[in-house]
Amino acid sequence: MNFDFSEEQKLLQQTAKEFLEENSSLVHVREIFEADAGYSKALWKGAAELGWLGVSIPEEYGGAGFGYLEAAMIAGEIGAYLAPIPFSSTVYLAAEAIKRAGDDAQKTKYLTGIASGDLVGTMATTEKVGSLTEKSINATFDGSKLSGTKLPVCDGDEADFAIVLAKEGSGLSLVVVDLDAAGVERKKLQSLDPTRAQAQLTFNDASATRLGAAGEGWDLAQDVLTRAAVLMAFEQLGCADRAFQITFDFMMNRYAFGRPIASFQSLKHRMADLYADREVARSNCYWAAWALENDHEELREAAASAKISASDALDHTTVEMIQMHGGVGYTWEYDCHLFYRRGKVLAHTLGTTDEWREKLVTKLIEDAA
Amino acid sequence: MDFNDSPEEAAYRAKVREWLDANATLRDPDAPRANMLDEAEGDYVQKAKDWQLTKHEAGWACLRWPKEFGGQEATAMESVIFNQEEGRYEVPPSIYGIGHGMLGPTIMAHGTDDQKKRFLPNMVKGDEVWCQLFSEPDAGSDLAGLKTSAVKDGDDWIINGQKIWTTGAQFCKWGMLVARTDPNAVKHAGLTYFIVDMEAEGVDIRPIKQMSGASGFNEVFFSDVRVPDANRLDAVGNGWRVAITTLMNERSSIGGSLGGGVGIKDLVKLAQGVEINDKPAIEDGGVRRKIADFAVRRSGLKYTGQRSLSALSQGATPGPEASIGKLVAAIMGLEMGEFGMELQGAGGILTSDEAGADPAWQHTYMAMPGLRHAGGTDEILRNIIAERVLGMPGEPRMDKEKPFKDIPSGTAR
Ligand SMILES: Cc1cc2nc3c(=O)[nH]c(=O)nc-3n(C[C@H](O)[C@H](O)[C@H](O)COP(=O)(O)OP(=O)(O)OC[C@H]3O[C@@H](n4cnc5c(N)ncnc54)[C@H](O)[C@@H]3O)c2cc1C
Ligand SMILES: Cc1cc2nc3c(=O)[nH]c(=O)nc-3n(C[C@H](O)[C@H](O)[C@H](O)COP(=O)(O)OP(=O)(O)OC[C@H]3O[C@@H](n4cnc5c(N)ncnc54)[C@H](O)[C@@H]3O)c2cc1C
Repeated sequence: MNFDFSEEQKLLQQTAKEFLEENSSLVHVREIFEADAGYSKALWKGAAELGWLGVSIPEEYGGAGFGYLEAAMIAGEIGAYLAPIPFSSTVYLAAEAIKRAGDDAQKTKYLTGIASGDLVGTMATTEKVGSLTEKSINATFDGSKLSGTKLPVCDGDEADFAIVLAKEGSGLSLVVVDLDAAGVERKKLQSLDPTRAQAQLTFNDASATRLGAAGEGWDLAQDVLTRAAVLMAFEQLGCADRAFQITFDFMMNRYAFGRPIASFQSLKHRMADLYADREVARSNCYWAAWALENDHEELREAAASAKISASDALDHTTVEMIQMHGGVGYTWEYDCHLFYRRGKVLAHTLGTTDEWREKLVTKLIEDAA
Repeated sequence: MDFNDSPEEAAYRAKVREWLDANATLRDPDAPRANMLDEAEGDYVQKAKDWQLTKHEAGWACLRWPKEFGGQEATAMESVIFNQEEGRYEVPPSIYGIGHGMLGPTIMAHGTDDQKKRFLPNMVKGDEVWCQLFSEPDAGSDLAGLKTSAVKDGDDWIINGQKIWTTGAQFCKWGMLVARTDPNAVKHAGLTYFIVDMEAEGVDIRPIKQMSGASGFNEVFFSDVRVPDANRLDAVGNGWRVAITTLMNERSSIGGSLGGGVGIKDLVKLAQGVEINDKPAIEDGGVRRKIADFAVRRSGLKYTGQRSLSALSQGATPGPEASIGKLVAAIMGLEMGEFGMELQGAGGILTSDEAGADPAWQHTYMAMPGLRHAGGTDEILRNIIAERVLGMPGEPRMDKEKPFKDIPSGTAR
């Protein structure tokens, strides 16, 4: 048994960390944030050059042909550095959907485009506020044309193509649509974190091709979301680790009542609890990474567990980050709110924590029967 | 990343199973089990001794220990495999956790050759059970504040004082005791560690009734008890260092268990069997979310254990993640007990199963407050994580510079 990442995988993580330290400083994140610029084109180009975008895309489509464990290592650093790029939309969701269900033409076009950095992709499922259910889908696909409205779509304003969940006949299908095509209207939506920008996409008889078989869209979408959740959980954990570290450093250097505030027990005990939360999440993430890499039957349970515990750990950490910084934590100038915003956005992307709890318990009930 | 046994590990596991199959019966994995010692009933001490002897004779006892003391010099992974497999069988609750997990390793680290030869092989065989005489009425978390005294008299030490919360003292032959040998030294410097014969004259063991009604622990009074100097462990004044060795081992052994006899499956079944608003409770959104949160913590703890194991199997020491185990498990166990009672509605307060309620939840509810204290309280564990793992500054101390006798301690009366 070896329940750990390999030396090569850890090296990849170290490289990612060094690259992002240099190229995704919080100053740069703020530039994108304040300019409302969607994402950092420079950083995206760098990520493509390092082979990150094709990390788990097969070599025949221009990818690096690594597995999910490598993707998880990169995801963690993307989260730590609040990298303002459409990485999760493109890599965890769009590439995964095409990989799992695309035909050869779709794979050649989209996977190759993603790996080279030429294409940004995303996935569009929800249509309104409230939770995602089969009945909540009203968009329609007639075999070649897509109509309907999707919101919020992460990176929808910038993406080149989207995987869309739509009704086809009496069932649901997943379709791919190029967003520059006729009949597609994009509208930017204001959201908590402009570096993970949201949009509304409206389709009026836009040309689209089906991904996989008709009527299998719901299961396929769930499958993609489950897999994406594992990598997202690593991204959240990385984000929580860094928020924790920044808070810790601040506490060691901030004095009140003649002592570093890090010496007050009421704060120390909360830091210990945040540490425990993150270790619980980390262990679930490792389990999920193992299940994803091995396509194990525990994947559904493990992915939901990783997503729930990473969301909770990140939520607790960013709330405490602001609290432990005192008044400055509540300012625009300090970076606490960047983590607070990003943390919440990541928790809602791919479904809220309560939606994942529901998925997990459904699986537990199946298992108990 | 690979969860599977290596070929060597798989072969070892097969060998373990073969032996267990021949010597014990498989347990129903769905039956909730009492895993707190104080819930054990009847002649459990004799049963535990018999099982230990069976294991010893077949070469399955204290697997990691050196052969010369009765162990097998097995790897950490092999010993874990044995424990995992043994857990699947109907075996008596162990009465050796403290001895094998904490005190044996302390003797190995600090004992003389004679002490190792005299005590360790019998500890493995199991006819001599050991207890830990650390806590006192005025020294629990503040262990170094203990007052039980040891005064040199020729080749002996004379022990006077009181220990408390001593788990298992009623059936133990030996105890490991920390005593104050120099009240004029600063607090941590005046301590010495001894091995005490629990049957010696002047040792008075009185059971303490716990809030649950059981009596797993005791208070132990020492009146002029003679301990030969040969039973002193390590140098005079070195007791604190030796005690830390014991406590470090305590953390790693207690951290391994998940706390409470109830599991997620039990919770799902309970929620399927009771109703909220005329519908099965399992259909209630609030109930479902709570079960999910328990499951996430359970699996998080389980795989934290796997991460430590993995480090062990690679020959490394487990990382700091091991320190969260008991803290998370005890709180979660308490919450699960409460939730199981909540699901049973008005009947949740019943502690017998005559009325159709399942009392496993109530037992957990009554047992978990003890686990939150034993082996370091929640607060002490948080201090340890904050200070030792994270490196945050210690508390301001009032007890570091003065002689021990000048430090206020205990409860003001
Ligand atoms: C919205 C807002 C409005 C405000 N309005 C006013 C105003 O009108 N007038 C005014 O004078 N001030 C005002 N303040 C300032 C406010 O009083 C201080 O922010 C507050 O006292 C905290 O002090 P600090 O920011 O220096 O943080 P610090 O004192 O540095 O605290 C940092 C962290 O350490 C913790 N901490 C500090 N000491 C201890 C301790 N002994 N034990 C445990 N934890 C400790 C704090 O709780 C906090 O989590 C305002 C602040 C805010 C956020
Ligand atoms: C079931 C059970 C079995 C046990 N078995 C044994 C045994 O076999 N051998 C043995 O020697 N002992 C045993 N103990 C004793 C156990 O180790 C002590 O109860 C424990 O260390 C707490 O000490 P105390 O009871 O004196 O409480 P105190 O130390 O007086 O603590 C009272 C409260 O104050 C808090 N507190 C104390 N210091 C601090 C601090 N610095 N910061 C924040 N909070 C603090 C504690 O967390 C606690 O909530 C057992 C206890 C139990 C419940």
